[in-house]
Amino acid sequence: MAQSDTISGGNVDTFPLLLLEHARKQGNRIAIREKDLGIWQSWTWAQVGNEVCALAGGLAELGFRRGDSLAIIGDNRPRLYWAITAAQCLGGVPVPMYQDAAASELQYVLQDAGIRFAIVEDQEQVDKLIECRERSPGLEYILYDDARGLRHYSQPFVRSLDAVQDLGCGRIGKQPQFIATEIAQGKPEDVAIMLYTSGTTGKPKGVCITHCALINAARGGCAFDRLGADEEILSYLPMAWVGDNLFSYAQALVAGFTVNCPESGDTVMTDMREIGPTYYFAPPRVFENLLTQVMIRIEDAAAIKRGVFHYFMDVARRCGAEILDGKSVGAGERLLYALGNVLVYGPLRNVLGMSRVRVAYTAGAAIGPDLFRFYRSIGINLKQLYGSTETCAYVCLQQDGHIKLDTVGIPAPGVEVKIADSGEVLVKSSAMFKEYYKRPDATAETMDADGYFHTGDAGFFDQDGQLKIIDRAKDVGKMASGALFAPNYIENKLKFSPNIREAVAFGHGRKMVCAFFNIDIGAVGNWAERRNIPYSGYTDLAQKEEVYALVRECVEKANAELALDPALCDSQVHRFLILHKELDPDDDELTRTRKVRRGFVEEKYAVLIDALYSGKTSQFIETQVKFEDGRSGKISADLRIEEAKTYPSAAAKKAA
Amino acid sequence: MGAGLNGGRTIGDVVLDLQGISLAFGGVQALQEVTFDVREHEIRAIIGPNGAGKSSMLNVINGIYHPQQGTVTFNGVTRHSVNTHKAAVQGIARTFQNIALFKGMSVLDNIMTGRNLRMKSSLLAQALRVGSAEREEMEHREAVERVIDFLEIQAYRRTPVGRLPYGLQKRVDLARALAMEPNLLLLDEPMAGMNVEEKQDMCRFILDVNDQLGTTIVLIEHDMGVVMDISDRVVVLDYGKKIGDGTPAEVRGNQAVIDAYLGISH
Repeated sequence: MAQSDTISGGNVDTFPLLLLEHARKQGNRIAIREKDLGIWQSWTWAQVGNEVCALAGGLAELGFRRGDSLAIIGDNRPRLYWAITAAQCLGGVPVPMYQDAAASELQYVLQDAGIRFAIVEDQEQVDKLIECRERSPGLEYILYDDARGLRHYSQPFVRSLDAVQDLGCGRIGKQPQFIATEIAQGKPEDVAIMLYTSGTTGKPKGVCITHCALINAARGGCAFDRLGADEEILSYLPMAWVGDNLFSYAQALVAGFTVNCPESGDTVMTDMREIGPTYYFAPPRVFENLLTQVMIRIEDAAAIKRGVFHYFMDVARRCGAEILDGKSVGAGERLLYALGNVLVYGPLRNVLGMSRVRVAYTAGAAIGPDLFRFYRSIGINLKQLYGSTETCAYVCLQQDGHIKLDTVGIPAPGVEVKIADSGEVLVKSSAMFKEYYKRPDATAETMDADGYFHTGDAGFFDQDGQLKIIDRAKDVGKMASGALFAPNYIENKLKFSPNIREAVAFGHGRKMVCAFFNIDIGAVGNWAERRNIPYSGYTDLAQKEEVYALVRECVEKANAELALDPALCDSQVHRFLILHKELDPDDDELTRTRKVRRGFVEEKYAVLIDALYSGKTSQFIETQVKFEDGRSGKISADLRIEEAKTYPSAAAKKAA
Repeated sequence: MGAGLNGGRTIGDVVLDLQGISLAFGGVQALQEVTFDVREHEIRAIIGPNGAGKSSMLNVINGIYHPQQGTVTFNGVTRHSVNTHKAAVQGIARTFQNIALFKGMSVLDNIMTGRNLRMKSSLLAQALRVGSAEREEMEHREAVERVIDFLEIQAYRRTPVGRLPYGLQKRVDLARALAMEPNLLLLDEPMAGMNVEEKQDMCRFILDVNDQLGTTIVLIEHDMGVVMDISDRVVVLDYGKKIGDGTPAEVRGNQAVIDAYLGISH
């Protein structure tokens, strides 16, 4: 880095400056790796510095100016991360978007953010943007990373990043101080990144986050868990998600650790085993899928292995989490656990690629307590954090040794949390978003005069000062009896079963709780194969009597647990059905982060809900679906509706 | 189909010329005086009802069968005697209708077998992994990795082929053929038994192979939608005779073809 020496004095308080500092101080250490053609390729911090400068120079050469937005779309590729820094070098605003979004969804963001430049991964994204460009001609350049299939694209506005970097090198050759001057103009209060919220309601909003806020969040998080330059992480979460931005970008630049990009979305499991990350972050869904895959393989294993597995998992359930927390556990149990560690937990951690994980976090949605406990009991230090895009995913963190299954920990350093009278969680912190892009009305709605951000989540502090989130404030309802109805809480309980992929519970204003289910086609399909139950596809399998019995078992187990908690006893699921199709973001039933759009689902399947509450035993339904290639078709089925056993509350039992 | 298809690919001269091919098994006349040619860089489809002689035709090109009459000229050289090994040396690779892979071997090893012809070092040298053999193996591994990347099967390198779903096995079969770096690729029903999504993937891969690697492709396929979409020219066989030859549009309009195969025109 020739330029770096010229920047001196002042604080290192923007991302380009952080990069320059790493390039100077630990220039020969590995900053980022990517697996390509079966081999891990790496770049040192010094190399990354040069790549970013070349990219920034090229963008400037094409006319990218201070204040411009740069769309970034694709899987986690080193050059896409560099594009973020390159835009920031020039005082621009990177806007990462979900790579699986359809052209029409991208269109909205492109127009809303007034995007002129887009850096994308491959042909798939280029095609989508070319389609978008027909309707929003404001998009001036589409720059791609992977040239495959793009040889014949003759449009002058489609260019390769190689060509852009060549342009940049030319510019830097002529004007060596150019990038350094640009970087020096950046201020910590400039917007560093704009992330569009998935929006369970309404159109997505652009959340503007400043350098200073994101760096505060990253510094706070690194200090809290003592993360240093030696960490290894695997970046495989969507770049458009605030979580990835904090962990793979902001924290990596603050702490200077190594980011690893997997070969492709399908190889994450293998790549994870090869890298052995020390720090890991995933939404609950990923942990859920991992567990499902493990359980499928265990069920297929020989009887002896299965027996050993289940025996030691029982041991782990009894004492694993306590041992991890350093609590006192009897010598006999300790010995058994140590044996289990050799025979089961160690190999299992290895299969999961988590042998070296020192700190793992989950966030993005509430995690089922049983799921959470599973990972902790096999010795993985999985913790929860609480945050949102607006708060840079940085509000509450769980401390090592003070882990509770149902709380999200204590307020993070520099964050003030209070509970409104309505039960809503309010946050004030130094890692707060600046505003919603061009939406002062929305900003004013969520940010009150005292500077508190209204999270929209309902929660309370327990006696140890840990925050417990129950549900979305607007989702929490009351049943006809006046009892509390927290749908997410119930659903997470139900979803712990590997057989259930999605659950939607209803009960607000009703006298009982009913639920829709999606079965997990992998787990249940495998189960059906082992029992010689023939089926043609999801719709067919979902309506099998045996599958209903399987799901009923899971529901009744959850009911038994709910009955133990006096506040939630009334939330036991009385009647349920298995949907004929999987809930899908393409049909707007889930958000891109795969959260259920409750209101939409409720409206779309109103006829099913009526059937659940009217006591019918079956209901015919026909649904329009969108296929991956954009065509649409219909799925229809006659859905069974079944009842599940409910239990009297623990209090009632005591009285009897 | 995507923008720019056929954009950079120029169809060249005739690379494979088949003149008056006749092939009989005892009393069964599999092929009768079939004449057609294949040009460089084109995708040439052979279609026809069951028993029309399509696979026999492919087997003739591939050197499995030797026709009783007619000449096969490949790259300007007319064959007198040919076997599959010679055809492979000449740069002809193929995939099979029923998938010819080693089910118990990993995807990687299966594709590696496609490099067999190009391995120079002796069996002993390879077994002992002496310097030159090891260097050579690394080169071949690189070539195989390029194919793996091309066909997007990175996630299955170490998986035994027998454990993969059918559509992926077909892809591995194609990968093995591609590892030979052929000039002419023969595909025997590449989409048979696939679902719509797998077919779309396979179409994309065939077009990519043709476009980016410049490989000439001869394929047999029953899915008319696929044939009409991706081929440059189509030859139609029926009871061992050629009844049509031309672009997809021409073949679609040919009355003899409609009667024999496509049914009554709508």
